[in-house]
Amino acid sequence: MQRIGVFVCWCGSNIAATVDVKQVAETLKSEPGVVFAADYQYMCSEAGQNLIKDAIRDHKLTGVVICSCSPRMHEATFRKTAAAAGLNPYMVEIANIREQCSWIHKDKAVATEKAIILGRAAIAKVHLNAPLTPGESPVTKRALVIGGGIAGIQTALDIAEAGFPVDIVEKQPTIGGKMAQLDKTFPTLDCAACILTPKMVDAAQHENIHIYAYSEVEEVKGFVGNFSVTIRKKARMVDPVKCTGCGLCTEKCPMKKVPNEFNLGMNNRSAIYIPFAQAVPKVATIDPAYCIKMKTGKCGLCSTVCEAGAIDYTQQDELVEEQYGAIVVATGYNPIKLDQFDEFAYAQSPDVITSLEFERLTNAAGPTAGTLLRPSDGKHPHTIVFVQCVGSRCDGGKGKSYCSKICCMYTAKHAMLTREKYPDTDVYVFYIDVRTPGKNFDEFYRRAVEEYGVHYIKGMVGKVAPQADGTLLVQGSDLIENRQLRLNADLVVLAAAIEPDASARPLATKLTASMDTNDFFTEAHPKLRPVESPTAGIFLSGACQGPKDIPETVSQASAAAAKVIGLLVKDKLKGNPCVAHSNEMMCNGCSSCEKVCPYGAITYVDKEFRMPDRTTAIRRVASVNPAVCQGCGACTVACPSGAMDLNGFSNSQIMAEVDAICK
Amino acid sequence: MQVNEKEFKPLIVAFCCNWCSYAGADLSGTNRLNYPANVKIIRVPCSCRVNPMFVLRAFQRGADGVILCGCHPGDCHYTTGNYYTRRRMTLLFSMLDYLGIERDRTRVEWVSAAEGAKFAATMNDFVATVTRLGENKRLEDLRCKKQ
Ligand SMILES: Cc1cc2nc3c(=O)[nH]c(=O)nc-3n(C[C@H](O)[C@H](O)[C@H](O)COP(=O)(O)OP(=O)(O)OC[C@H]3O[C@@H](n4cnc5c(N)ncnc54)[C@H](O)[C@@H]3O)c2cc1C
Ligand code: SF4
Ligand code: SF4
Ligand code: FES
Repeated sequence: MQRIGVFVCWCGSNIAATVDVKQVAETLKSEPGVVFAADYQYMCSEAGQNLIKDAIRDHKLTGVVICSCSPRMHEATFRKTAAAAGLNPYMVEIANIREQCSWIHKDKAVATEKAIILGRAAIAKVHLNAPLTPGESPVTKRALVIGGGIAGIQTALDIAEAGFPVDIVEKQPTIGGKMAQLDKTFPTLDCAACILTPKMVDAAQHENIHIYAYSEVEEVKGFVGNFSVTIRKKARMVDPVKCTGCGLCTEKCPMKKVPNEFNLGMNNRSAIYIPFAQAVPKVATIDPAYCIKMKTGKCGLCSTVCEAGAIDYTQQDELVEEQYGAIVVATGYNPIKLDQFDEFAYAQSPDVITSLEFERLTNAAGPTAGTLLRPSDGKHPHTIVFVQCVGSRCDGGKGKSYCSKICCMYTAKHAMLTREKYPDTDVYVFYIDVRTPGKNFDEFYRRAVEEYGVHYIKGMVGKVAPQADGTLLVQGSDLIENRQLRLNADLVVLAAAIEPDASARPLATKLTASMDTNDFFTEAHPKLRPVESPTAGIFLSGACQGPKDIPETVSQASAAAAKVIGLLVKDKLKGNPCVAHSNEMMCNGCSSCEKVCPYGAITYVDKEFRMPDRTTAIRRVASVNPAVCQGCGACTVACPSGAMDLNGFSNSQIMAEVDAICK
Repeated sequence: MQVNEKEFKPLIVAFCCNWCSYAGADLSGTNRLNYPANVKIIRVPCSCRVNPMFVLRAFQRGADGVILCGCHPGDCHYTTGNYYTRRRMTLLFSMLDYLGIERDRTRVEWVSAAEGAKFAATMNDFVATVTRLGENKRLEDLRCKKQ
């Protein structure tokens, strides 16, 4: 029989106002096995914890029940208290009499009665608790960052600076992400390349950073501190070690009609290409969908011109397996596709463009070398209409219900830069609201209106219709003047909503990291743990967690790095001892449990058993790897012979709770 | 049925997964959202930890309704646990229905950690439904009955 101590907390008046704590302690004292019961104002305070420790020693307690706030608050605290007094921390159970009792009931008699029943259930459970010892696992002191945009680069640099090796896996041929495509950046208007490319070079040259460009995560196994990740290095048909990045092949390649994705298809590139001049790594890549040699076997020109002998048409995808202690997700975002927004004529007219295309049209390294020209006829546009919230804050199903957060600011930036460079151009911005809560953001927006004379119109654009003379008729409403507007524009720029990268959902499944309904990664706690995923060892950086501008992305990236460093400095991690185990005598090796385990924690071993007739027999039985088991309990229910059980939440413990509640 | 609805307070056992619904229940407490005291929560790591045996035992011991709460499909902390729950409980509940435990006495509900209001609303609704059905006498083991 256990010797159980019951400790009832008042939580100031939080519990004591609606639960008669004295009566709870008094009543529970007469439960079987209870040798000590007390109540105290704040059990979690130092004095409260000392009360528990003294009672454990003085009354030789073997089990402890604390009637207090939710175990999600203080289970860890009270386990430590028990351990300090020499009791196994897993001999502590909590009855949640605050969140699930005193705070929801007003009648003192009712709440007191419920508190007693919850206490009884915890006592019944503790009778069946057994001491548990968490396994220890070593920590692989290496981190993986998935995604090499500004978020991934910043996180990798910070971790590397702290002295830990980091790998970046980037699916594109170069790191840099969306920021590499931007021209100037709000709110300071410094050029994106000038602040990004030095960081890209730092990352490439850092002794602790290894970049797997043009690679993807294939498979993730393991758990916090001990991940094993298979990376697919996609075939570039170019040896990255030999390639010097001279670019001769890209000039000589006869296939020059490939839409250039870096410029969002607004000009062409060759079949062998380097995405942009400052690409990191600066290595050529063959696009097999367009390469003549790959498609027909003829050509091979690039290989003849390459002085380094780097071209290898036989290259295959390569799989490498690496070990990591922590994984950071930094997969960023993409503007949504506008196929469904016929009213803006995006598909019909080349002069209706997205804001990201606008960035390329004003970028000195873009398709027009930085001169703002209409895509259709290469003429200078005299009237430009910007439309905000295209697909954002849109409940109709074809857009996104959330605010994309960055569009108000970059539209103000675009409008301002246009007016600065081309003062003869009329600029209109249609908006629902202008949201500028960042530091120096509202000042920035007001400058666009007051100094640069941008016409801001509160209202929606209903239709954009291409006209015979090549202009675009924009029909919209002005809600403040309460009138319909018709504008003849030369260029229409749509601030498309942003959404997570399409690869994020399958990646989340591989990582068992959770996502919200919009496919943004969810954080462990929206306020207090914003850069950690609920899955231990997985961290979040940048726009993959929600829309963010660069300053916010970089702060989150550094925060994620700090969390990773905090994990990697540890030599050992304590595991969760509440894992499954099978009773070998009862197991018949049916494999039901193995099939439901989401982590592959269950394997089978052949074991020798002594039979009643003194012979020995070899039987196949289930064996759970406690380091891999996460303790979900799926196997325990799947097991037809009742052999599988879960530490800390055993069949008998839960049944005892049911019995106590239903008494 | 001669049940005085004012008097009758059904006994409800609620199994809540640790990662979503138990946290949702905590949140409804933090927000002081009321639901009847006859709901008693048992914490389980995942909704898939709930063995049909536990549900049967609750009815046998005199529970009038049993509800399982877990993360929304796709959000289970262990990825797939709630899919098992959904299938298992569909089977179990229809078997129980066959035995005379009405379909409305059993329920599976997805409540996230952020849905404190949904948790309270679900419990209020479930208690009201079971109250209307009255006492469960079907599986109840009379030896377990309070005298
Ligand atoms: C038109 C426009 C203008 C903007 N202007 C500004 C501005 O002026 N100022 C400002 O502060 N912000 C601006 N922004 C916002 C800025 O672009 C983002 O804040 C920033 O790029 C977010 O960085 P990130 O690293 O999180 O994401 P990204 O830049 O999207 O980087 C993600 C990276 O991860 C890679 N990746 C994705 N999935 C995988 C995968 N499964 N495996 C491997 N790699 C993967 C991608 O290829 C990419 O390289 C603008 C945005 C737009 C659309
Ligand atoms: S408890 Fe879950 S994780 Fe552990 S062995 Fe069973 S099914 Fe696998
Ligand atoms: S389900 Fe049960 S009996 Fe079957 S292999 Fe697993 S532990 Fe053994
Ligand atoms: S953890 Fe909530 S249902 Fe699996």
